[in-house]
Amino acid sequence: MTNMSSSLKRNKLSYIPTTDGDLAEMLAAIGISDTSELFKIIPEDYRLDKPLNLPSGLAEQDVVSLCVGMAARNKNLHELTCFLGAGAYDHYVPAIVDTMLSRGEFLTAYTPYQPEVAQGILQSIYEYQSLICALTQMDISNASLYDGGTAVGEAAIMSTSITGRSKVVVSRAVHPNYRQVLSTYTAGLDINIVEAPFKDGLTDISALISMLDDTVASVIVQYPNFFGCVEDLGAISEAAHAVGAKLIVSVDPVSLGLLTPPGAYGADIVVGEGQPLGVHTGFGGPYLGIFACRQEYVWKVPGRIVGATTDSEGRPCYCLTLQTREQHIRREKATSNICSNQALIALAATIYLSSLGKNGLKQVADLCFQKSHYAKERICNKAGFSSPWNAPFFKEFVVKCDKPIDEINKKLIDNNIIGGLDLGKFYPELENHMLLCTTEKRRKEQIDLLVELL
Amino acid sequence: MNKETVPLICNITNPGRVGITLPDVDVPVTSVADGLPKGAVRESLPLPELSELDVTRHFMHLAARQYSVDANFYPLGSCTMKFNPRVNEFVASLPGFAAIHPMQPEETVQGALALMYELQQYLAEIAGMDDCTLQPVAGAHGEFTGIILIKAYHESRGDSARTIILAPDSAHGTNPATAARAGYKVKTIKSNEKGMVDVESLKGMLGPDIAGLMLTNPNTLGLFDENVVEICRLVHEAGGLVYCDGANMNAIMGQTRPGDLGFDVMHFNLHKTFSTPHGGGGPGSGPVACKSMLAPFLPIPVIVKDGDTYKLKSDLPGTIGRMHSFYGNFLVDVRAYVYLRTLGAEGVKEVSENAVLNANYIRARLKDVYDIPFNEHCMHEFVASGKVFKKRGVHALDIAKRLLDMGFHAPTVYFPLIVDEAIMVEPTETESKETMDSFIDAMIKINQESIDDPEYLHHAPHNTPISRVDEVGAAKRPNLKCVIGE
Repeated sequence: MTNMSSSLKRNKLSYIPTTDGDLAEMLAAIGISDTSELFKIIPEDYRLDKPLNLPSGLAEQDVVSLCVGMAARNKNLHELTCFLGAGAYDHYVPAIVDTMLSRGEFLTAYTPYQPEVAQGILQSIYEYQSLICALTQMDISNASLYDGGTAVGEAAIMSTSITGRSKVVVSRAVHPNYRQVLSTYTAGLDINIVEAPFKDGLTDISALISMLDDTVASVIVQYPNFFGCVEDLGAISEAAHAVGAKLIVSVDPVSLGLLTPPGAYGADIVVGEGQPLGVHTGFGGPYLGIFACRQEYVWKVPGRIVGATTDSEGRPCYCLTLQTREQHIRREKATSNICSNQALIALAATIYLSSLGKNGLKQVADLCFQKSHYAKERICNKAGFSSPWNAPFFKEFVVKCDKPIDEINKKLIDNNIIGGLDLGKFYPELENHMLLCTTEKRRKEQIDLLVELL
Repeated sequence: MNKETVPLICNITNPGRVGITLPDVDVPVTSVADGLPKGAVRESLPLPELSELDVTRHFMHLAARQYSVDANFYPLGSCTMKFNPRVNEFVASLPGFAAIHPMQPEETVQGALALMYELQQYLAEIAGMDDCTLQPVAGAHGEFTGIILIKAYHESRGDSARTIILAPDSAHGTNPATAARAGYKVKTIKSNEKGMVDVESLKGMLGPDIAGLMLTNPNTLGLFDENVVEICRLVHEAGGLVYCDGANMNAIMGQTRPGDLGFDVMHFNLHKTFSTPHGGGGPGSGPVACKSMLAPFLPIPVIVKDGDTYKLKSDLPGTIGRMHSFYGNFLVDVRAYVYLRTLGAEGVKEVSENAVLNANYIRARLKDVYDIPFNEHCMHEFVASGKVFKKRGVHALDIAKRLLDMGFHAPTVYFPLIVDEAIMVEPTETESKETMDSFIDAMIKINQESIDDPEYLHHAPHNTPISRVDEVGAAKRPNLKCVIGE
């Protein structure tokens, strides 16, 4: 390979401010004549002598044009009416959320390791933690994890650490993708995951009880569950605690505007997906892993935590705390390998909860409840559709159809409607069952049109 | 910066205020009490009640107590705090990307799938590898993915005696934490006096129980390990695989490729090398590239191209499973895609050339004032040792805090652990010579202050909204939330 000569093209990229004049001074200060000398440490045979096989760079207006074209190849939720949930929800994102998230002070800030210049982020995280505790009725919350699925994985691992036991029982009524993440997260550890059956849309409590003994570290259920049904947390809590197992509940945070929170039923760890709280559906990410638990487990919590304190002048302030749990200090003995959280997304949730507030969140939850009950009743009154069970539900529900779901959804999408999830693809026994969702955004006329087209 | 304490959101609540107007119920009403079991309806919901202006002012006041790359230079070694281009933000906010559901019909998201597929190809090319997944959402998450790919590979070959992962003593904490999570034992390799992997030490540790080696190259001292090719070869000879922690890719992107050097699998930090914003601590994205022998084990779903159509495929018998509920942090990936389309092949190389030039410039101007232990040319970052200040009773922490007074975020301090009183500086390519000169002047001034008035440094920062924080008290008496009404 030939020696590389300096190939710096001055002033082509707006992101690189170094001019020819700057370059000359800098090379002189370093004592070299050419930047290629700085790369001689790379063995010659491995220094690239031609550009990578990537497209050429584009001017800003051309990149925008290209990407607008790519975005237009997708049909978005303003063009399509969405009746699909299953872990990602078309809730309304208040305009103030995106406005604040695009403030450079939040968007381009680093992790708040230097609290003196990071009180903005630190206080907002402390407020996030506070609001999550209020919502879930739990003692402590961390600064967030990656998403609902990985939060379930982290909670399961934490439960084995707390109890010293190695079996985790997860309900089949928990999101299939979350159960897969749980399995991947625990595969390398001495943890055995077993699944509890569901019956009539809810975790089968008597079957669950028969699976519980003193080898079980925790029981994991979802609330509302994957089918949208409201689990009997009281009975599940009692069953788990009777054998000394911990209760882990994965929540839909918007449902907690209406439903009694898991903390009231004695849950030990509450996790969940925070996407419904002012976060765009974004083709699956970035989302928000909620993680809250009882006070006594604080030293086992994964991820970052912000605490209140004072500075040397006695002023109230905030800082990252209990850091000896974390990887940068404990390394292989850390409670998790996690380094980052989803700070900006947690900020979205904080702004959302602050904006909706006590009455607003209840109202959104109530709208979801009203619309789903209206939709389900109208659909099940149609020939060929029936309700597979009578379990109480919140914003999602299941209907049994007399034709394949694929066929129904094909007709719906041709009419710019996203139909519900084909449950047969995840649960063989639920062939021809569809999981539908109505958020507060679904207007009556949209529901009526869906019913008409089914 | 705003020096006024901002009241907590819990404390500015005023019953009756609303922050957003919602529509009325437009369907016949079902009784909630009838639709839910007894006791399932919530009785109290202690959230604040605020107007939209209350919310706006609150977060604006908080924003004014916050440093950010937009306003301040962050010479944080190993973090690559480069400018976050706003065109990336514009594209990521397009409804065609932001307002699509991960499970809507595939024919309605071809643009999204195409973007992910192309980005995977670009990253694989930069890596010098064959395949790539965008599912991991952070560096540590990518590391975990990469290590369990290695595990799956060995297991598929019936090679179950390999229970150990090696990592250097200079490694980032996530490396051993990740290996432990994957069920491996971790063994540490010592660095030699040049800050590189001690090859003789490594040879002594290799054997049939070694699954692999995790290496950062350039390493966490900002040095390119001249023995990296031999190191990879030695590990391969012993039957192991080599994982590259790609946190420092900003130094070598377009100059060399980890795959060519011998690495089998690596992760990228899109929020470092590829300009996606840090957001105060996330969201990031940690895609993993790998050579073809690891491709059968990639997380599902993978994206396949069938003619002009993109499809999601979950039928991969060897898969390690899922790392994330959906496909990773798609909107972060969009930002990286825009960045790479802007840079192009030539731009990728300009980035690393200028990143390395800038770090060497600062190093050259500070080397007579600060002790820089490995003082040949560095790559995109260098480490200074504050140990000479100890004699004056001044520590790396004091230097870091004093820099905050001067409008700079502090460099990384106390990492890597193998340098006493480490101060790690990484300017990135997006900083101008004027900014770097101001930083250099500030560092020189602080050196002088450490001689003239060390006490002043002990109590730095002086000009920020708060002074040094009682971190010990925060951990001893944890106060982790406020409550409405208290």
